[in-house]
Amino acid sequence: MDIQDIYKNLKSKFGDDKLNLEEIQKDSYIEVSKDILLSVCQHLRDQESLLFDSLVCVSGVHYPSTHEKPRFEVVYHLFSYAHKHKLVLKVILGLDQDLSIPSVETVWKGANWLERETFDMYGIAFENHSDLRRILCPDDWEGYPLRKDYKVQEKYRHIKVTM
Amino acid sequence: MVNLTTNIHAPYGSHIEDKNILLTTVDKISNWARSSSVWPFTFGLACCAIEMMATGAPKYDLDRFGAGVFRASPRQSDLMIVAGTVVIKMALRIERLFAQMPEPRYVISMGACATNGGPYWQHGYHVLKGVDRVIPVDVYVPGCPPRPEALIEGIMLLQKKMMKEKRITEKFTHGHPRYL
Repeated sequence: MDIQDIYKNLKSKFGDDKLNLEEIQKDSYIEVSKDILLSVCQHLRDQESLLFDSLVCVSGVHYPSTHEKPRFEVVYHLFSYAHKHKLVLKVILGLDQDLSIPSVETVWKGANWLERETFDMYGIAFENHSDLRRILCPDDWEGYPLRKDYKVQEKYRHIKVTM
Repeated sequence: MVNLTTNIHAPYGSHIEDKNILLTTVDKISNWARSSSVWPFTFGLACCAIEMMATGAPKYDLDRFGAGVFRASPRQSDLMIVAGTVVIKMALRIERLFAQMPEPRYVISMGACATNGGPYWQHGYHVLKGVDRVIPVDVYVPGCPPRPEALIEGIMLLQKKMMKEKRITEKFTHGHPRYL
């Protein structure tokens, strides 16, 4: 199934006001509104013709306030071992709203660590995540390193961090 | 013709040599023993560890220098070879592991990362810019990663340094400069 068919399938179930297909050469993706994300993911996994049984990657993107459309994005890369097709889902979060998005851990168990990493690097909170802690940085680290406006802290406990 | 026997090995006369006696200082002989059996701590943190393993393997054979007995416990090791990138999360563990090593203990900082952060020097928010910010370093081995020969040279330098120590003299003279 290619992305147009997947989009049609989703549209017939969820309507098109909360979904958007962005077609770019080789990099097409479907934009999803965050309030239907969980049901879309459930559908993508369980629907007979889709069967996205593998969540390959969850990542975040930060477009800072100097960008023409400042925002955070969360990107989901999906793959189906049954049908050998893949899909990129994006959820767009504004800068000013509180950064939260439903966790898809109930759909794909592997989302646990991927979402923890996104939380660690961008500070995006995943609602109903079973164990939302930092995964790479120390627990008492300050700030979110992959944000564009990140400034590293001067000291970590008694250790000088900056050069 | 120089008589080596009397000049070097028996400066106090041949009657000592006849009785199979060798004169030295306690410092020298303990330094000799210590530097001939440096037990390194298995401490591979990144790609430098691959070179450290190669140094220990038969081709470079670190055992020739008495330093091939890699221990997995800080309690049994004399030398910490910090081989690789030290992230800040690890720095706390390094401090603790170093504190757990029995004295006398030594540290070799192997490679650019352990020495000053290496390629992560400017933008690596997570990398400690030199392991000497948390523990004292005896020998720095440059390279990215250093070849086994470089690490061996570092260990030989450390052995030279160990041979110059006067731990016993210091202990019994309380470090009085007259005796050092």
